This record gives sequence, structure tokens and C-alpha cells, in this order.
Amino acid sequence: MTRDRELRYVGRPIPKMDAAQKVAGRAQYIQDLKKPGMLHGAIKYSDQVHARILSIDASRARKLPGVKAVLTGDDIPLIPIGFMKDNLALKKGKVRQYRDEVAAVAAINSEIAREAVDLIQVEYEPLPAVFDPEEALLPGAPLIHETDAKGGPNKSNRLKLPWNLVCGDVDAGRAASTHVVEDRFSTTWVAHCCLGASGCLAEFDLSGNLTMHSITQIPYLAQNDFGAFLAGLGLEGKNVRILSTTIGGGFGSKLDTHVYEFIAILLAHKTNKPVRMIFSREEEFLAQAPRQPTRIRIAQGCDQYGRLTFRDVDMILDNGAYTSWGATTPSVMMVPISSLYRVPNVRYKATCVYTNNLYSQAMRGYGNPQATFAIESITDQLAEAAGIDPLEFRLLNVNQPGEITPQRFRVTTCGLRECIEGVADKLGWAEHRKNPKKARGFGLGSLIHVGGGARVYKSDGHGMIMRVDDFGKVTVITGGVEIGQGLETIIAQVTAECVGVLPEDITVVKGDTSICPWDVGTHASRAAFVSGNAALAAGAKLKRKILELAGPMMRVDPKDLDLRDRMVFSTYDPEEAMPLDKVLRKAHFTAQGTVLTAEHFYDPPNEMLDKEFKGNLSCSYAYGATGVEVEVDEETGQVEILKYIAAHDVGRALNPLLLKGQVYGAALMGTGMALTEQLVLKDGKVQNDNFLDYKILTALDALPVEPILVEPVDEAGPYGAKGVGEPGCVPVAPAIANAIYDAVGVRIRDLPITPEKILAGLKKKRGGTL
Amino acid sequence: MGYLEKIVKHVLEFTVNGEPVTVLVQPHEMLLAVLRDHLGLTGAKEGCGLGECGACTVLVDGVSVNSCLFPALEAEGALVTTIEGLMVDDGRLSPLQQAFVDHGAVQCGFCTPGMVMSAEALLAETPHPTEKQVRAGLAGNLCRCTGYNQIIEAVLAAGESSDSNPKPGNEPGKERP
Repeated sequence: MTRDRELRYVGRPIPKMDAAQKVAGRAQYIQDLKKPGMLHGAIKYSDQVHARILSIDASRARKLPGVKAVLTGDDIPLIPIGFMKDNLALKKGKVRQYRDEVAAVAAINSEIAREAVDLIQVEYEPLPAVFDPEEALLPGAPLIHETDAKGGPNKSNRLKLPWNLVCGDVDAGRAASTHVVEDRFSTTWVAHCCLGASGCLAEFDLSGNLTMHSITQIPYLAQNDFGAFLAGLGLEGKNVRILSTTIGGGFGSKLDTHVYEFIAILLAHKTNKPVRMIFSREEEFLAQAPRQPTRIRIAQGCDQYGRLTFRDVDMILDNGAYTSWGATTPSVMMVPISSLYRVPNVRYKATCVYTNNLYSQAMRGYGNPQATFAIESITDQLAEAAGIDPLEFRLLNVNQPGEITPQRFRVTTCGLRECIEGVADKLGWAEHRKNPKKARGFGLGSLIHVGGGARVYKSDGHGMIMRVDDFGKVTVITGGVEIGQGLETIIAQVTAECVGVLPEDITVVKGDTSICPWDVGTHASRAAFVSGNAALAAGAKLKRKILELAGPMMRVDPKDLDLRDRMVFSTYDPEEAMPLDKVLRKAHFTAQGTVLTAEHFYDPPNEMLDKEFKGNLSCSYAYGATGVEVEVDEETGQVEILKYIAAHDVGRALNPLLLKGQVYGAALMGTGMALTEQLVLKDGKVQNDNFLDYKILTALDALPVEPILVEPVDEAGPYGAKGVGEPGCVPVAPAIANAIYDAVGVRIRDLPITPEKILAGLKKKRGGTL
Repeated sequence: MGYLEKIVKHVLEFTVNGEPVTVLVQPHEMLLAVLRDHLGLTGAKEGCGLGECGACTVLVDGVSVNSCLFPALEAEGALVTTIEGLMVDDGRLSPLQQAFVDHGAVQCGFCTPGMVMSAEALLAETPHPTEKQVRAGLAGNLCRCTGYNQIIEAVLAAGESSDSNPKPGNEPGKERP
């Protein structure tokens, strides 16, 4: 098998292929893109949170010199958009959140466009609003949507999207428990904060075909969404081409098609000019959708030996005013809820609720960080109730290779034990337990995540085409999206390895739906896994064709030939060799010659969850553990992270340099979610729409991350690899919360863990009133 | 009065990456807009427009500034260096840029030009910085991808490997116009 052979490029810390362009300032982002005759789009947002639109007066805006189009909901056909088709590009009838788009302008420059937006007058009649998802569920709460997408009446704000998982018998498990702990946790709105804000450029050709210059993570699903939108505009059957620019950060913020994109399409269609729409940072905070907030009720029990008996989770997700794909994050939250540690009886119910808050979406981890915060916090609480050390408690319940979990995940490899033990060892867990230092605490958090794709759509496929030129240079045409994680480099490494050329011989072509074959999107930590497997399969086909061509030329049976380092050679006599470029030129410069291409559509052998939400969602599972040592200042409530150990079961590290980049970045993003990040909403209105008030961590806060890579080579993955993009941010918040509890005895249940909450907890602990 | 009738423009002359330039700018325009929109130097990025993220960092007379907040007319006569001006003469990356590549300090890359320019200013001032100095020197540049670890490594490595970082904008032989 290939993986047993000595690997030349896979496993090496090869720098990112696009890094030089980026570090030279030459990469072209959406903000850098200009087209002749291009207009600039701007959006008029609602200044009411829930109100009827009585009238919109755009007459002054239309008269402003330089304005080429002003559109309101009345000017366009009714075309529902969004995951549940509950949204409109420009709102009609009423607004349901502050960011609601009520009008849009295209003008010759962005200043004029913004000035025109300010001239648009909207008259509203305010309606009662609801901001608390639990209040929104009460009878008599104001209805956010009176009807559903099909026009049927809505009786409540509860989304018609129930999530119910039942494995085993939770009530019996509870009855049989020696120790039971119950608690409530909450997580809040977290903004993706991509440094490159949102934007797009829409242009039509004279036949009505759309080209969308885009930063989406899902080009082919976007193609479908935009195509449906065009049909609504009377342009049924027209082509939609998505051209990706360099993307200034993803983190799940681009898994949906967004309202601004549809507005750009409308303006481009109306003006017959290219229209670029670029968000300001303020807009990025106000009109992008943040991570979905959760309220979690969780109970967990164990027997007298500390073995888990049941886990029962009830969750409310604040959907906000409209529905994104984020409403499906419970499908991934089920992964840790059912399958982190061996727990025989599991129940999970999630309810997504409409409110007048900002609508929310998925973010790195796809709900897993929210769910794992509750699970790993209560696991420490249960260990304490059972009188067992939290490390020992975890090891008692650790997942095993080969097990089938209650949700019917078929675990292949599992390095969770090695991860936990590695973290504990590096932290100095045993010594700390013997001699704890004042105000210092240790905390652990484990994780399970999809590591071999995730069948959240009917397909989890990835298309790839390879071709090789006269000189032995291989072009790999992929449907995958590079969002900075290093997908291109991984594809080049795998292709060079399996075809037998050098990484610098590989050109990766991506980002054009007219050229590149279909892919479901860059999500679920799947890109390296699926594209790596596609490259292995396509590369094998390409190599076979090359060897079949070389056989007659070299008078050697192709079965006895191999290709390595650009040289075709006989496996019996490596001296008998022919350079690859010579072979290929003969293929082309021969009467009735041939060109060498290969393609592969890799769809992993995983399963869509069935009606009971069971099935093998991923074909391998990524595990990991994070351990931290913190010091809590009992005077100020400040938390300092002194040690940060991140162990990851990655199957195999395809590129340790890039892999560590994912681990470091996820660690700090997870720490931000744990300690500082919260989009503050007051009656639906964002209070902190800038980087001074919304605190992402800086170089001063960079963590002393020590990564541990556990590599139980997994048969399913390319050279054994599993996904690693999201896992690092999954167990951070509970590890920190557990360490704070260990340090000062204060359990924080609501993220972020601010100094104020710690001080309030300390005061309460000392018997003071709050 | 519409927007188009209000425009008043001034002549601005300065030197960018060693080349003298003359542009017509409005009084309220910021240096970033002049670089990106008038001169086509799109390496500097607008991440926030409020001086909070550092993606627009360039050097003005060797000093790093947030060009999104720097009034263009104040650059009159100045020597401005942008990321496009860092490459060494034969078109290769500078040692600092190469260190970013080699240490995995680049992911999505949007913050990278500003980050490199801040590091350039730091190394010009402090050729062999400590880790603490690097962190402080980069504190005004936000990055959402990397967690900063590999960026800090890259800057430390560049600081160790180079004895003389000529101050951009203050190269000998290049005089203010």
C-alpha cells in the first residue's frame, strides 16, 4: 500500500502555495476587484426592529446625480430566499430585525450610493417585538412570521424543523444512576470577524447569463440558489457562473448565500452594469449573521464506578428573524451529545425559535463548540459528584477504536485516550493534584468531530480533474474552495506523491464553476479529506495512463513500470528509465496521439442521518483534548492562560506546518469565544459593531499552544488523514471554564466568561449578596 | 446640490515605493484610498476603516501608520512604502516576507500585508526583538486565522537572521522630492 512506502511529500511542512502572492500584496480579494463601468451598491437597512412598512419614499435618492438605480421591495418580484425560504432580498410588508434590507442603490461610486441610501425615507408602524427565545415560544408572543414558506399559517415562533434524537432508555439510565448532575448553560452570538469583510460583484452578459465574483464557501450550492433567483426574475435557465476571488476568511460565514448577494444581482440586472457590493466593518457586524446562540439544559449520570449511564440534553437555539443553514447545526451537535465518551442512553431535543434578533448562522465547529461547552462542563461536575478525578473520569469513559456509538457512528480509529493522556502529561496533572497552587487551576475538555466528511446534504462529493502537459506539469482542477487553510497545498502534495512528480509541478485550478467539477462546499473540516481522496483516485488513473503509454515506448510491460520524481522506470531495473516529459511529448506529437486526463468524483461512504437522526454521518471521527492551566486574579477576575496543550487525533498530518496553523488559529478563536467575544444585542440592536468594542484577541493574547499530534493512520483518509479545520475550537471554552472552577471554585455557565462573572461568582461563594 | 458639484481637488505629490507620484485628491480622502483607488496599489487592505485592525498599515517616512485614518494630503512630500515596495530589487520576497511564507504565518492573507508592514517597522527600530517586543509591535494588527503564533515565529526568525534591515523610506540615495 502507498502509505507503507516512504512518503516524499505527504507529511512534510511545505509552505502554502499561495503564501508568496499574499505576502507580496498581490492576491486579489473581492475588495480589489474592479470592472469597466462598474457601479457600487449600497443597502438601506431598517431602523425598526419589528414594524410594518407603510411607505418608502425614494424620490430624493433617485434624483441624486450619479445614482443609477434605486430598488425597494415593491420594484421586484416576490422571490423567497434562504434555507427555509423565509427571507426576501428586499423586504415587503414588514421588517423583522434591525438589519432588514428595505431598499438598495447602485451609483457611480460608493459615496454617492451611501448618500442616496440616507435620502430614502421609510415610514413604519411599530409592532410588538420579542427578543428572548423562551418568551417567543409562549402563547401570545408576537409572531415573527405569520405564514410559512408555503403560505400556511404559523401558530408559533417555533421553526418547523424538529431535532429529536433518542438512543436507549434515558429514564431507565437515570433511574439506574448513582450520581446525577443537572445544569443549565448558555452560549451567545459570536461574530466570525473575517478580516476581509463581505462582498461580491455581479454582472450579466447580454444574453442574461450571470457571472458572480464571489467569496462563497459553497460555489455550487450558490449557483443553484442564484439560478433559482434568476428564474424568479424571469431569467429561467440562464447560466450562473461563480468566480471566486481570494477569500479573506471563512469560518462558516459563507456557507449560505446572503441577502447582499441577491441585492447585487438585482441591481446588476436593473442597470445592466457590473455592480460591486462591499461591506464596511460596521455592516459586517450588523448585517452578517453570527454564531447561533444556545440555551442548554443538560443532565448526565454515572454508576457507582463512574461509568456514564445517560445524557439528556434540551436546547433552544435563537434563530433570529430568518433561517440560515445554521438551523441545521443540531445535526452536528448530536455528534458530541451522542458519542463523546461511551454513554449508552442519550436524548437530545433542539428547538429553533424565531425572534426579532439578528438572524444567526453556523460558525467553525457547526454547533459543536456550543454543545461541547455544556457536555464537558457537566462532565467535570459529575466527576466531582462521584468523587473521581476529572482526568480519571474521562479515561474511564473514553471512546474506543472499533466501537459503534448509540447514534450508530462506526468508529474506526480513535486516539482520544492518547490525546487525553498526552495533555495531562504535558500539563503536569498528577503533580498539580498533589500540590495545587493558590488561584491556579487545570482544566480539560475533549472533543469528537466529523473527520471524514459529513453527509449533511444528500451528496458529500468532491469532483476533480487532472491533466498533464508536455513537460510533465500536472494541472489539478478542483471544485474545492481555498479559504486560507491550505487546500491547494494539500492537493499538490497528495498529487505529487501519488502520481510521481514534484509538488512544484502541480498547478491547482479552482474557483470557477464553469471549469471546475462539482463539490458540495468547504465545510465540516472536509476539504483536505475529500480532495485528498479525490486526488488519490484521479492520480492513480492518470499514473496508469502514463505508464500504459510508456510501456510500448520502453518495451516494458506497464505493470512493471512505476513513476517517481518525474521519471518512468522499470521496477525490475530502475536503470531502465525514461523521463516523464519525453513520454508525454511522444503522446502528443504522434499521429492519432492522445492527451492524458483523469477525473474522479469522490463521495465518501458515509450516511445521511435517518428519520431517527441515526447513521454513520462521517467515515472517520476526529478526536482531541485540550488542557489549560489558568491563573485567576481574585481581585480583578482576570484569567491568564499559563499553559495550553492541544492534542489532536488527525489520522495523519499531511502537512504539519499547515496543520499547526489550524490548531493555533482554532485555539485562539475558541479562547475568544470562551473569554471575550459577544455581540451585545439590546432589544435586537447590536451595541458593539467595531473591533474596539467587540474584542477578538490580539498578538498580546497569543496562547502558548503546545500541539500534540496523534496519528492513528485511518484507512478512510488520504494517507490516513482526518479533518482538522474545526476541531481545535470545539473544547476550548469548557477546558477554560473547568480550569477556572479548579482554580477558584466558581463555575461559569454562560459564555463569555468575563471578569465580572467571575467576581460575582467569587462574591456569591464567599456568602455575599450579588 | 448633488454630490458631483461639491468636489474640490488638490494636487498631492509624494514618493511611493521610490517612485514620485502626483495625484488629485479631495481634502477628506485618506491615504489608503489614494493608494488603492488612484494608484492601484491594492496590497494595503481596508479591514475596518477605523484604525482598529491594522490591515491598511503602510510606512510614511519609515513610521507605520493606519493609512485608513491618515489624511492623504498629510503625505505631501513624504516617502511612503507599501507592501508592494518591500520586495528586493530582483523581484524576490524580502527576508521578512520569506519568513512569513516559511513559518506558515499566512492563511487567508487579508491581514498579511499590514502585518508585514508593522513587522518591518518594528525590525527597523529593533532589529533583534524579543518575543514580548514582537507581540507589542503587532498588537495593532488583528488576525482571525493564525492565532498569531506562526506570525510571531516568523518575525522573530527574520529578526535573528538579518543584521541590517534598511529602513524603508529612508534608503540612502533616495531623497525627498
